[in-house]
Amino acid sequence: MSPPTIVIDAEKPRRLVDWRELWEYRDLLWLLVRRDIKVRYAQTVLGFAWAILKPVVTTVLLNFIFNNLAQIDSGDTPYPLFAYAAVVAWTYFAGAFTTATGSLIGNKMLSKVYFPRMIIPVNPVLSNLVDFAIALLMITPYLIIYKTVPSWQIVFLPLLILIMVLTAAGGGMWLSALAVQYRDIKLLVGFAVPLLMYASPVVWPVSLLAEKVPHLRLLIAMNPLVGVIGGFRAALIGATPMPWDLIAVGTLTALALFVSGAIYFRHKERAFADVL
Amino acid sequence: MSEIAVDIQDLSKVYRVGVREEQADTLAGAMVSLVTSPIRNFRRLRKLSHLEDRDHAEDVIWALRGVSMSIARGEVVGIIGHNGAGKSTLLKVLSRITAPTEGRVTLHGRVGSLLEVGTGFHGDLTGRENIYMNGAILGMRKREIDRKLDDIIDFAGTGTFVDTPVKRYSSGMTMRLAFAVAAHLDPEILVVDEVLAVGDHAFQQQCLGKMGEIARAGRTVLFVSHNLAAVTALCQRAVLLEHGTTLSQGSVSDVIQQYLTRNADGGQVSLAQREDRKGTGAIRFTSLTFRAPGGTVLDQIPAGADFDIVIDYETRDGAAAERAIFKLGLLDLYERPLATCLSRTSHTETFALPPRGRIVCRIPRLPLVPGRYPFDLWCKLDETVADWLQPAAALEVVSGDFFGTGRLPPRARGDILLDHAWSVEPIAGASDAPKEAS
Repeated sequence: MSPPTIVIDAEKPRRLVDWRELWEYRDLLWLLVRRDIKVRYAQTVLGFAWAILKPVVTTVLLNFIFNNLAQIDSGDTPYPLFAYAAVVAWTYFAGAFTTATGSLIGNKMLSKVYFPRMIIPVNPVLSNLVDFAIALLMITPYLIIYKTVPSWQIVFLPLLILIMVLTAAGGGMWLSALAVQYRDIKLLVGFAVPLLMYASPVVWPVSLLAEKVPHLRLLIAMNPLVGVIGGFRAALIGATPMPWDLIAVGTLTALALFVSGAIYFRHKERAFADVL
Repeated sequence: MSEIAVDIQDLSKVYRVGVREEQADTLAGAMVSLVTSPIRNFRRLRKLSHLEDRDHAEDVIWALRGVSMSIARGEVVGIIGHNGAGKSTLLKVLSRITAPTEGRVTLHGRVGSLLEVGTGFHGDLTGRENIYMNGAILGMRKREIDRKLDDIIDFAGTGTFVDTPVKRYSSGMTMRLAFAVAAHLDPEILVVDEVLAVGDHAFQQQCLGKMGEIARAGRTVLFVSHNLAAVTALCQRAVLLEHGTTLSQGSVSDVIQQYLTRNADGGQVSLAQREDRKGTGAIRFTSLTFRAPGGTVLDQIPAGADFDIVIDYETRDGAAAERAIFKLGLLDLYERPLATCLSRTSHTETFALPPRGRIVCRIPRLPLVPGRYPFDLWCKLDETVADWLQPAAALEVVSGDFFGTGRLPPRARGDILLDHAWSVEPIAGASDAPKEAS
């Protein structure tokens, strides 16, 4: 067997994503994801209960403000259930996206050892899925309390999750690579992510778009979370139909974000160790 | 014709160093710069990764410039050079941490690089988990680590603590565990930085021992070090880098010789202008140099090397002098006398001095551990001190292969390298002849 030959030069990367190499390093990705999960709640009293506590407390607060005080119409769905279905997706996205953005900064491994750099921002995107899964299961008590059964549309849930993951990964690759050079990005994300929550249908129903701003509807849906959260409600609660047009627009954005993010990341990764 | 394992062609690496920012010194200036600085900052930050202007920009440094070398399979090559010579940059390029600006490197074989021990260690994970983590980061597959796990735990000597979080380990234990993982990486090409410079002496020796084992196993090794004793013992060939270029490559002893010579800024200690001298002044030391037996001027002396201390002098009235004796007194760290080279004890005769001349004190096989040793120097004529400098200069001893093993004790264990041999003999009545330690 001839040994592998590695050529190091100043040329741009030859492949968009070097799948073969990523595959060779799959153990590392898997170990990093496991480390992340294990370390996140290390030496905490509540442990994985935090994964439930965050969306539950958020839902209680949102319910008080937007249901009791502002009285937003959630249709036939009880507001807490309505909010929880969205908060689960939102909590995942905000956590994964924010962590991915800052993942390269302060990463000491980058200047010490070689491995496919893409593993770093992808790691939080995957490890946050564990918290997401736990929170998602916690919708069961809500469903029982409000005597609701998920609709058959729940079969589309994996697709919605995939769109959500692609968005977080794409955005994470873009912004982590940018943040290495421009630290403004970390500050920007810190303040833009909470704002993005209001641009996504977390506290309001997607049906409101058709009612109030029909001409802006598809433009707003370019935020992939609009379709994803609308879809989550349709799948988990079943009181509304799948907003397929919104999901389609969002999927396009998510794919564009993911592909361009990967290209930009690959383009920039060779300079990470120098600029960091 | 041996097979090439590493081929480096015309490799260059440019870094942009930050340019100083201008500070506004008036309130109005500060207001203006509040508006304009984002644009300036953006340009400045953007330039960090754009190097098209590298040939004429002022704020770039060429960490490597046109470095070429090829290393055959199984060769162990030491890379030496001063700080900032480009050693670390070269290793970073070879380990694919940073991309070169120009040129190319072709590596035939799996590369393992060890620029740090314990990369990716996390205090909240147990020893076992960190072994997997660190191993994967170094490029090992999980299956491979499974297979080597017992050896690694054994080597690290952490025993029952392997399932304890690493943050409860002592720092020495953490380091041993980290090195144990790295030591079990067996790539075809190993790139090692001065990771071995950390840790206590025992740890360093353990590292060097393992390095020697790897080298003897026929792997290609690139070893960057300041430790000349280690380079001498481990490497077959050495490369000297300076200001990002290869100054010389060849046999270890030649390259080290050149390295030590290049160290000197002239290598000569001028004594003519010194005012802090005692004695009658009948003769005056004017300069002092250290020389290798071939005559090359040295700035630093490797332990175990033969060298001369050469002192130029002149007599006050241009007349010859008689019955001279010399003394050179070496001092330790605390300026206590360490050893004396007194001509009256090493020679029965005194010396006759021509009006201008050169006093040479040869020291064979320098028996001092690396460090700095100031020394006094005097010359007496007819038992009267003619010139006395205290201290005259200092001897800079660097690591060298005194014992022929590549190893030296640390200075904390004493300044003197005492040549010795150990052996074991049976007590009378046993049948075997005495055996020498191997």
